[in-house]
Amino acid sequence: MEALLSLAAARTALDEGGLTSAELVRASLERAQALEPALHAFVRMRGEAALREAQEADARRNRGEPRSLLDGVPVAVKDNLVRSGETTTCASRILDDFVSPYDATAISRLAASGAIVVGATNLDEFAMGSSTENSVFGPTRNPWDRSRTPGGSSGGSAAAVAAGIVPIAFGSDTGGSIRQPASFCGVVGVKPTYGRVSRWGLVAYASSLDQIGVFAHSATDAAAALERICGHDPRDSTSLPEPAPQLMSALTGDVSGLVIGLPREYFDAAGAEPGVLEAVRAAVAELEAAGAKLREVSLPHTPFAVAAYYLIATAEASSNLARYDGVRYGHRAAGATSLKDLYLRTRSEGFGAEVKRRIVLGTYVLSAGYYDAYYRKAQQVRTLLRRDFEQAFAACDVIATPTCPEVAFALGARADDPVRMYLGDVYTVSANLAGLPGVSLPCGRHEGLPVGLQLLAPILDEATLLRVADAYQRRTTHHLARPELA
Amino acid sequence: MSGIARDEVRRIVALARLSMDDAELDRMQRDLAAILDYVETLDAVDTSGVEPTSHVIPLATPQRDDVPEPPMDPDLAVANAPEVSGSAFVVPKVISGEEEG
Repeated sequence: MEALLSLAAARTALDEGGLTSAELVRASLERAQALEPALHAFVRMRGEAALREAQEADARRNRGEPRSLLDGVPVAVKDNLVRSGETTTCASRILDDFVSPYDATAISRLAASGAIVVGATNLDEFAMGSSTENSVFGPTRNPWDRSRTPGGSSGGSAAAVAAGIVPIAFGSDTGGSIRQPASFCGVVGVKPTYGRVSRWGLVAYASSLDQIGVFAHSATDAAAALERICGHDPRDSTSLPEPAPQLMSALTGDVSGLVIGLPREYFDAAGAEPGVLEAVRAAVAELEAAGAKLREVSLPHTPFAVAAYYLIATAEASSNLARYDGVRYGHRAAGATSLKDLYLRTRSEGFGAEVKRRIVLGTYVLSAGYYDAYYRKAQQVRTLLRRDFEQAFAACDVIATPTCPEVAFALGARADDPVRMYLGDVYTVSANLAGLPGVSLPCGRHEGLPVGLQLLAPILDEATLLRVADAYQRRTTHHLARPELA
Repeated sequence: MSGIARDEVRRIVALARLSMDDAELDRMQRDLAAILDYVETLDAVDTSGVEPTSHVIPLATPQRDDVPEPPMDPDLAVANAPEVSGSAFVVPKVISGEEEG
C-alpha cells in the first residue's frame, strides 16, 4: 500500500492523477489496518462512514464545487474531539460507551471543509501524558523505532502522519502534546495561539491551556489545515474574536530581516542531549543563511515553567474531571450502596493511574491551606513567564529552541518516574502558559531518530511562525525523510 | 524531601472521590512526595506583588443576543446515562445523614 506523503500529493492525485477520493480514503484505511499491529495509532476507524463521505466529495469535485484544499482528503482526529452519534473514549475506561449528542466545532468545520476523517487516534488517557502509554487501549509505537514511544499525548495522530496513513491529523496541546510527538515522530506539529481554535467539543483537560492544532509533513500543509479550523466560535467563551488567519498567503519563503531570538536558557548544554542541540543549531544557521538575523534573548523564568505547569494543569484537571461521576454518562460501577459510594467506585474503576495521580495532586493544591502556597504561586510564576516572552519579543520576531531535550525514549522507560516524565516537557510548557503559538518541525536526526526544532511567535502571529517554518523547509529536506515501514 | 503524611494522602484521595487500597496509597504517597519536592523549586521565585494569571488573554465575558434557541432533545440529553427514568437521571438513594466532605 502506497503511503500518503503530503496534502499536496493527495491534492495532485485527486485533481490531476485521476484518483477518486473514495480510492484515496480506501488506501488510507487499508494502510491503517496493515500498520495497526505494528503501530497501534488508532483506537477506531470510520470505514463505512468515511467511504460514504468520500463519494460525496467525489460528486462535489465532479460538479466543480470542491469546498477547500482539504475536500476529499483523508485525515485523522485524536479521540478527544466529539462527533455526533459516534463514540469518543479519550482512551479512558470511564468513557468506554460514550456517544456524543453533538459535534465539536473543529469537527463540524472539518466536515464543512470536505476533509474525510478516517479514524480516531490513540492518546494518553484524557491527554495526560508524554508517551501515549497511558491509554486504556495500550501504547502507540514510534514509526521510526517500534521499541520507542511516539511521544504524547497526541501520539496516535503523530504516528499516523509519520507512517503515511494520512497526510493531516489533528490533536490537542496542553503542555506540548502536539509539538513533542511531532518532534519524536519527525513531522510538523502546530499549536496555535490559545483561543484560535474553539475548544467546544474538545474533552477538557486543563481549560486555560488546552488548544487544538494540527500535524502534517510540511508547514504549507499545516497552514492549509489550520485555516479551516481557526476562527471565533460563540460556543467557547475563550474563543478569540478574530477571523481565521490567512496563512497560505503568508508563506512567501522570505525571512530576510526577520530576527530569530535564541533564548540562552534553552541552549544550556546541561539541559539537552548534545546531538539535539547540534541539529537545532544547524537549523538556526540555515535560517541565518536565508537572511534572518540571530539574537540571543533571555527567558529567565524557564527553570520554573514545568513546576508551574503541573500545578496549574492538575488543578484544572481535578476540577474538570469531577464531572465523571457515573450519573449522566460514561462508566458506572455496579453494587454501589449510596451516591457517594457510586462516585468512589465509578471513578476508581474508570480512571487509570496517571489520571488519578493528577486528580489527586490537583485536589491537593486547591485544597484549603495549600491554595496560596501552590496554586496561586504557580499563577504568579505564570505571569512572570508571560513577561519574559513580552520582553524577548520586543527584541525578536520569532524564538527558536529545541522542541524536546531528547529524541524518542524507550517504551516503559519512565513509567515509574513521573517527575522524570514531566521534565521532558521543559521546552514546550511555556508556550501554553503564555498562550503563544508554536510549531515543531523536523531538523535532522540524532541516533537515527528525528529531532525537532521549535519556533514560537507572539500571540496571534501564526503567519510569521509558519512563514519561518516554511522558509526553513524550502531550503532543507529533513521533512521529506520517512521511516522504513512494511 | 518534603514528604506528605499518609493520613493527608488518604484525606485528599477521599476529597477527590477516589478510593485506593494500601498498595495504591503507598504509590500515591511516594509520587506526591516526589512531585511536591520538585515543585518546591518555585519557592526560589520572588512573586511579591505579582498578579496571578488565570487566563493569558483578557477577554470580557461575551454576551449573545437574548434569542431563544431550541434546547437539546431531553431524550438525547439522557441517552448516555447508565440509568434513567423518563428524562431524569437515576442515582442510588441518598440516605439521610450521610457524611459530607
